[in-house]
Amino acid sequence: MTDANLFAQQESNRRRSAVLVAIFVLFFAWIGFGADLILYLQTSGAPPGHYHHVIPFCGIAATLLALGMARAGWKSGAKHVLWATGAWELVTPSTPEEKQLDNIVEEMAIASGLPKPKIWIVPDDDPNAFATGTDERHAHIAVTQGLLKTLDRDELQAVIAHEMAHIRNYDVKLMTLLAALVGVLAIVSQGASRMIGFGGSSRSRSSSVSREESKNGGLIVVLLVAWIVSVLLAPLVSRLLALAVSRKREYLADASAAQFTRNPGALADALQKIESAATPTKALQRAGSAHLCIADPMGRKVTSREGRLADLLATHPPMATRIARLRAMAYQYGKTGVMPESV
Amino acid sequence: MTIVFLIVIAVVVVWGISAYNGLIALKGQTTNAWKQIDVQLKRRHDLIPNLVNAAKGAMNFEKETLEAVIQARNQAVRVASNASPTGGGIKAVADAEAALTQALSRFNVVVERYPDLKATANVSQLQEELTSTENRVAFARQLYNDTATSYNVRQQQFPWTLVAGFAKATPVELWEIEDEHDRDVPQVDLSMNPKT
Repeated sequence: MTDANLFAQQESNRRRSAVLVAIFVLFFAWIGFGADLILYLQTSGAPPGHYHHVIPFCGIAATLLALGMARAGWKSGAKHVLWATGAWELVTPSTPEEKQLDNIVEEMAIASGLPKPKIWIVPDDDPNAFATGTDERHAHIAVTQGLLKTLDRDELQAVIAHEMAHIRNYDVKLMTLLAALVGVLAIVSQGASRMIGFGGSSRSRSSSVSREESKNGGLIVVLLVAWIVSVLLAPLVSRLLALAVSRKREYLADASAAQFTRNPGALADALQKIESAATPTKALQRAGSAHLCIADPMGRKVTSREGRLADLLATHPPMATRIARLRAMAYQYGKTGVMPESV
Repeated sequence: MTIVFLIVIAVVVVWGISAYNGLIALKGQTTNAWKQIDVQLKRRHDLIPNLVNAAKGAMNFEKETLEAVIQARNQAVRVASNASPTGGGIKAVADAEAALTQALSRFNVVVERYPDLKATANVSQLQEELTSTENRVAFARQLYNDTATSYNVRQQQFPWTLVAGFAKATPVELWEIEDEHDRDVPQVDLSMNPKT
């Protein structure tokens, strides 16, 4: 990648991170203030002396909560992701395998000109890897034990180079933030949909009383429906958001990895091995971190095909396409001695 | 008229300052990348005595191979201390390191003949260290060459070439590898499998 491309990518990632936080906070504000508005309209017709909902407590609380969570996700999202996967940090390598991993990470730090990231090992037998962190000075690379067993030195180097590329392109911050916020949204909407079920049954009892506020009735129903729908659709929307940001950058990271190692064939081999061993990576499903990984940890079949449905649902581009692109790069490099930017 | 003239002067001065700073920043990056090479070369030089010591006992009858490695290493250490991108001497370092690489690959060929030696945990550990060191040197060189190339190109391109004198920017030497074959990282894979 040329410098101009790199800066453009870094800038776009910074902007997307800000937009993501804004959407997240606005969504919570809508949920909170929407509830306030419904309560206000419902109680506005009530006789004096009854409760009137004037001060938007829910909206203020929800917005503050969202700001707090976004801040937490921004500051310590990486820690939460690593904690959720059950990874442990490799501080002093003891076995030859660990020593080799430590060496490879150091090598790739040199090749990319970045500080050496912290290394984590995920106790899972399925081969996979991901990078997380806030910036290049606070970055983490995690690999599964299965990856160390499955790949040879060159292939492991290629995978680490791919993760280093995510760190250098500032993908890690956006993706970590996304993982943290998607997780929060899922929990909130689960809780909220339970509360709607509960609230709905209690409201039906009082519906006969609120006959007189029929001038507001239509508005309330519309608001209520919009509100409930947006709460229920929150996890789906956040998933789509995660999908949209993660696929294009996999190709980019593959190309950058080839630039670092000057060995695109090794990454193609590694992807092939990871693909053929594709059983779901359990440790990485919990974290809401599917889009962080080098290969989809869900073991979904859609990633193996190109197509409109696959494009919509997969967090990763099809393996076959990635491998084909890398093979083409390897061929061109072998022929001309110049590493192509991308194919 | 004077105002237009002043504005033109101001624009030229501002551009000159930013171009100057850009060149100085690139120069700094180049020096930095060279320091990274220096660190990795030092690591390589420190590693070799350990490797030789570990192998010495079992390789009494291969004295000259070990001697060659040690001599190449000592020559490389001597040359490395007085080279820098601005001060020159990079060609000498590249040659000395190439000689060391050759001595090491001969050493590796010899080690392959002694399965007992190969099986020693100590030696296999050192082999991994050696592989990693070779890679580190190669990647540091790659980074240096990329940075130095953009520095060299920038200071010769048209508008920048006007301020190159002020920034004391002169083209720096790249770490060239003469032989296409030398591009390959030396094989320190000791398995007896036939090469694919």
